[in-house]
Amino acid sequence: MHTDRRSLFKGLAAAATLTLIPTTDAEARAKRTVPDDAVGLLYDTTRCIGCKACVVACKEANEKPADVDGYGGGLYDAPEGLNEYTKNVIQLYRDDGANEVSYVKKQCMHCVDPACVGACMLGALQKGKFGIVSYDPSLCVGCRYCEAACPFNVPKFEWSKKAPKIVKCELCRTRLAEGKQPACSEVCPRGAVIYGRYDSLLADARARLAAEPGKYVPHIYGERELGGTQVLYLSHVPFEKLGFRFNDEQSVPHTQQTVQHGVYKGFIAPIALYGILGAVAFRNRRKQDE
Amino acid sequence: MSTIAQRLKQTGTSRRDFMTFCGKLMVVAPFGLAITDFLTPEAVAQVIGAARRPSVIWLHMQDCTGCTETLLRTSQPDLASLIFDVISLDYHETVMAASGHDAELALRDAMKQNDGKYVLVVEGSIPTGNQGAYLKIAGRNGIDMLRDVGAHAAAVIAMGSCASWGGVPSSNINPTGATGVDSIIKSKPVVNLPGCPPNPYVLLATVLEYAATGKPPKLDAFGRPKFAYDRTIHDHCPRRAHFDAGRFAKQFGDEGHRSGWCLYQLGCKGPVTHAPCSTRHFNEVVDAWPIGIGHPCVGCTEKGIAFTVPLHATADILRPYPPDTYPNVTAEGKRISPLATATAGVIGGALIGAGVMASRSMSKSDEE
Amino acid sequence: MNSDVRPVGGKLLTPGFMVLLALSAVGGLLILWRFFAGLGATTALSDGYPLGLWIALDVVTGTALACGGYALALVVYIFNRGKYHPLIRPAILTSALGYTMAGLSVAIDLGRPWLMWKIPLYFWSWNLNSALLEVALCIMTYVVVLWIELAPAFLARFKDSGPPLLQRFARRTIPILDRALIWIIALGMLLPTMHQSSLGTMMLLAGPRLHPLWNTPLLPLLFLLTCLAMGYAIVVFESVFSSAAFRREPETPMLAILQKVAVAVGIAFVSLRFVDLAVRGRLGLTTQLDFHGVIFWIETVLWLLPAVILLTSRRVNLGNLFLGAMCTALAGGLYRLDTFLVAFQPGTGWHYFPSIQEMFISIGLIAMELALYVAIVRKFPILGGRSLKETTA
Repeated sequence: MHTDRRSLFKGLAAAATLTLIPTTDAEARAKRTVPDDAVGLLYDTTRCIGCKACVVACKEANEKPADVDGYGGGLYDAPEGLNEYTKNVIQLYRDDGANEVSYVKKQCMHCVDPACVGACMLGALQKGKFGIVSYDPSLCVGCRYCEAACPFNVPKFEWSKKAPKIVKCELCRTRLAEGKQPACSEVCPRGAVIYGRYDSLLADARARLAAEPGKYVPHIYGERELGGTQVLYLSHVPFEKLGFRFNDEQSVPHTQQTVQHGVYKGFIAPIALYGILGAVAFRNRRKQDE
Repeated sequence: MSTIAQRLKQTGTSRRDFMTFCGKLMVVAPFGLAITDFLTPEAVAQVIGAARRPSVIWLHMQDCTGCTETLLRTSQPDLASLIFDVISLDYHETVMAASGHDAELALRDAMKQNDGKYVLVVEGSIPTGNQGAYLKIAGRNGIDMLRDVGAHAAAVIAMGSCASWGGVPSSNINPTGATGVDSIIKSKPVVNLPGCPPNPYVLLATVLEYAATGKPPKLDAFGRPKFAYDRTIHDHCPRRAHFDAGRFAKQFGDEGHRSGWCLYQLGCKGPVTHAPCSTRHFNEVVDAWPIGIGHPCVGCTEKGIAFTVPLHATADILRPYPPDTYPNVTAEGKRISPLATATAGVIGGALIGAGVMASRSMSKSDEE
Repeated sequence: MNSDVRPVGGKLLTPGFMVLLALSAVGGLLILWRFFAGLGATTALSDGYPLGLWIALDVVTGTALACGGYALALVVYIFNRGKYHPLIRPAILTSALGYTMAGLSVAIDLGRPWLMWKIPLYFWSWNLNSALLEVALCIMTYVVVLWIELAPAFLARFKDSGPPLLQRFARRTIPILDRALIWIIALGMLLPTMHQSSLGTMMLLAGPRLHPLWNTPLLPLLFLLTCLAMGYAIVVFESVFSSAAFRREPETPMLAILQKVAVAVGIAFVSLRFVDLAVRGRLGLTTQLDFHGVIFWIETVLWLLPAVILLTSRRVNLGNLFLGAMCTALAGGLYRLDTFLVAFQPGTGWHYFPSIQEMFISIGLIAMELALYVAIVRKFPILGGRSLKETTA
């Protein structure tokens, strides 16, 4: 009994260390950078008047139905936030105590290192041309792991349909292919959201901060947060108040994939483990037969 | 037939009156019509002036003559006569001097002289019940008359809802089998100008488009000119801001009603009615249209709405748009069902309890 | 093979069995409704909580509870403790049924299950970064492996009776299996190591939305430890259950050792967790008795309770073993449920608690699993050991 227990413990400890070693030896996964052809959006809360033309234009360009079940009581298209009918939404932050009011536009952030792309089993979500995160339903089994992964709560699932898909902004990539702009930026009457190459948008944002520093919170949200996003935000109120909860610069997939790759790199560890298990078991059975 | 410019010169119509008229045409058709697709009334006048003065034959079927009245009820008598200089109204039972046999002669002459060139305007629905016996004019029934006159017309315009789809006479139970012109005339396109009555300048613009270009204006799936009927009242309503902000009049005469708020809850059919009334008013008086004077739109242009859906029943919103309010930055999720929580608690508790009891009884039997 | 192993026999349609059938039927009808009405109408899932009861309980916790075969295989085939062999077949049966039910749960949970075949076959589309893909492929393979490991039990019955074609197939396959089985068993030890740790890796992708008391790069290791502890616990659990249900003498001494191993792994797990929290400067969170703090301590207490029971019992006692195993299983199950659901913080305004339909589909699947276990154990040579009748005769 005593011997059994001790060798059992020893064996378990060995097995545990085996799984631990590859993790600590893992080389850090290379940090993803903004692609060369990256495009994006720049949204400036100081210019937004909350007209919701972008919401209407997005709905029409993407042929999505109105969300009459929202708070509008059946007469209006009034989504509470992004959902299966709504790829783009304007929300309101208002704090009468602090005397702060701001509109905020929410849609896919087209991250540089997207968590959803890292999650998707068959690659239905891909970061492709121009760095746009696109969705291909033919490779989607509806597991919703992408929803669990996205730190911005962007991908939405068509709960009401029998053949549900994931719904999210794809920067109007079919319109881009026709030489047009995304619907939201095209229709904005005040240039609150503009579309362009990522580098020029970033430069524009920096220029605005430099020209009128008192007007903005001195920060471009999306430049570095969560590995960087191709949709950049300028705001006159703190970003957390607008619903941007996270500030860490580490991208979401980084830790997970460092761990994953550490164990499975080249599939060496699993094969080695299989060899060891098989050899030991084979030898033990031979011993038992004798 | 002379050109319109020649005729106006002949009758000594002032150029200013004609410019005013052209201006009104530009207002009624700011887009979607070739003859008003210019920057100034002078340019429009040039095009219209060069057109041959169209011969118009106007037939009355099962009508109330309201559509004629709308054409006549212009506020400036000078423009009324101008209208009859711009078009040659060769047969019109209400305004023509002739009657009886002379009237029929006038019709036959007008048809012969302008064979294949006149514009046929029809007012009123055509009864098809009882082999068309409900309407007889000069011995023949309306269907035959319409077919005969329509066969030689260059263009056919159905003026008003009755001629477009049956109108008031066609409402439940439709005892006369009233129907629109395009159910009778199939051999050529019919332009429908529904409304009860429609805006007279829409009619004039359509007729002049024919005269100047030889073609009808662009039509929608129901044969209505897009320049006037492509939008709903709701899309262009001056009270739309009140709708978006949720400010509704609840009763005639209440504070909301007197503040000019949205009439949706009083049964306004604006959201389902395609008509130009919200931006082109009647009688050349600003705000002389139903909503403008505080009554909900009754949907008089739309088949299936007008004279069918009760006046004060609320309409469906065909294309909902965002309201004038905003969702908060924090989202709302599904509510937790208390029944589910309770059930889970009961099941979980029962299982754990059973497990504990089982272990106790096992301990006991093991001790024994 | 131990000649003691034989079908239990006896009446199949006992009242308890009928209850299981009834629950399975209810579950089956609800599953049909789920496919007819869609996920939105039948579940409490939402965009804030896209993964719910079926994933967190049926798959994540259920597969861990189905790790009895894996845990025991390590003891028998790697550490060469042949005397635990009689426990292996029922454990493998529990594992096979458990993993199959987990696979069914996934098929029910998927929004577009008609494309599920692409997961194993569309290898050119595989996203090798996806922890979920690893879990899916690994579990699919492992289910096949488990049923192959059980094949000797089924084929043994048809070796001498049944349709002639089946007899020939049985007689020809059994020797092949006898030789190859050890390599399949080795595979059956590799695969759970891989996917149970990947289940932990999965929640790393929730990133900043996973509560810091649960969010750690050690998640794969912690999940592996819980699966081992739960595996041993479930072997004890299932063995006691079988003994009681089929009136057989329980193998108390062996179970006592396995329970001790489970306790040891549990203590290792708890220690590792606290060390990890200390190293990353998060120990302070354990003193905050907010909702998450309390849940953390409930987990910890449940893990330590079996150790307390062990230390305070004067002698080996079947009831205490059972209670200890139950605590370990609950502790592990709660930990996994928490990692996937309770510690997941999508933002204010989102709530989730499974709907009645979700719960009764899970209950129905578990009932199906139990019913199949009972039926197979009665008809095929799975259980060994002596019946109570024999010992008291």
